[in-house]
Amino acid sequence: MSMKVAIRQVDGITILDLSGRITLGEGSITLRDSVHEVLDKGSKKILLNLAQISYIDSSGIGELVSAFTSVKNAGGELKLLNLTQKVHDLLQITKLYTVFDIWDNETSAISAFN
Amino acid sequence: MPDSTTSRVSLTLCSSLESVDTVGKTAQDFAERAGFDSCTIPNIVMAVREAAINAVLHGNAYSPSKNITASFETSSDSLTIRIRDKGPGLDPSSLPDPLAPQNLLRGSGRGIFLIRAFMDEVHFRQLHPGTELTLIKHRAPAQPAA
Repeated sequence: MSMKVAIRQVDGITILDLSGRITLGEGSITLRDSVHEVLDKGSKKILLNLAQISYIDSSGIGELVSAFTSVKNAGGELKLLNLTQKVHDLLQITKLYTVFDIWDNETSAISAFN
Repeated sequence: MPDSTTSRVSLTLCSSLESVDTVGKTAQDFAERAGFDSCTIPNIVMAVREAAINAVLHGNAYSPSKNITASFETSSDSLTIRIRDKGPGLDPSSLPDPLAPQNLLRGSGRGIFLIRAFMDEVHFRQLHPGTELTLIKHRAPAQPAA
């Protein structure tokens, strides 16, 4: 199963609901294209909802980092929401847990942008 | 069909992402039959997939003229996976530390780190040309009968 993205707006925040696998190839490319798409449309506050991500590899982790950097360089802010235990563990061992702003409640995450 | 204690399979595959999936599924099959627990199996699969990605992408650069080989062997005390490519060779000592502060925001370079994190032993061998990565996960010792 490749990755799918659904985009919605809540209180001025662009939320990307991701599902499937973020892996080398299609999954990573879809994530990159989706983030650039919302950036190009002027969204500067982006929340990636990873609740339905079943698998992520090193390329997918790198893509999350690249998305974070792209949004930051564009003057925006990117946060992560609803990590699965596996993604949580991977961000811990790669020391990225301290890089990302991570939330497990959508309302709180939205409030944190303001 | 090999039994659950010892078995061996070797695959020769083209340099594609489909081959990475094949290697990952085979790793899952061997890890399950070797009796690893449900927390360990995904880690083994991830490490093996990362090794296969390295072979396909960084080793063979998706070249249609270069195959990768993947062998899986279960013994009484371990699961051993060997992934070979025909690329220019990989010097593991040259890889930047992905945990170093200056590298944390790099968009790549975490594959070998994850392999080392999830396997008990990782060995590199230069093949001239190519690289062989050996990944070993030790099986828990059998418990004596009560």
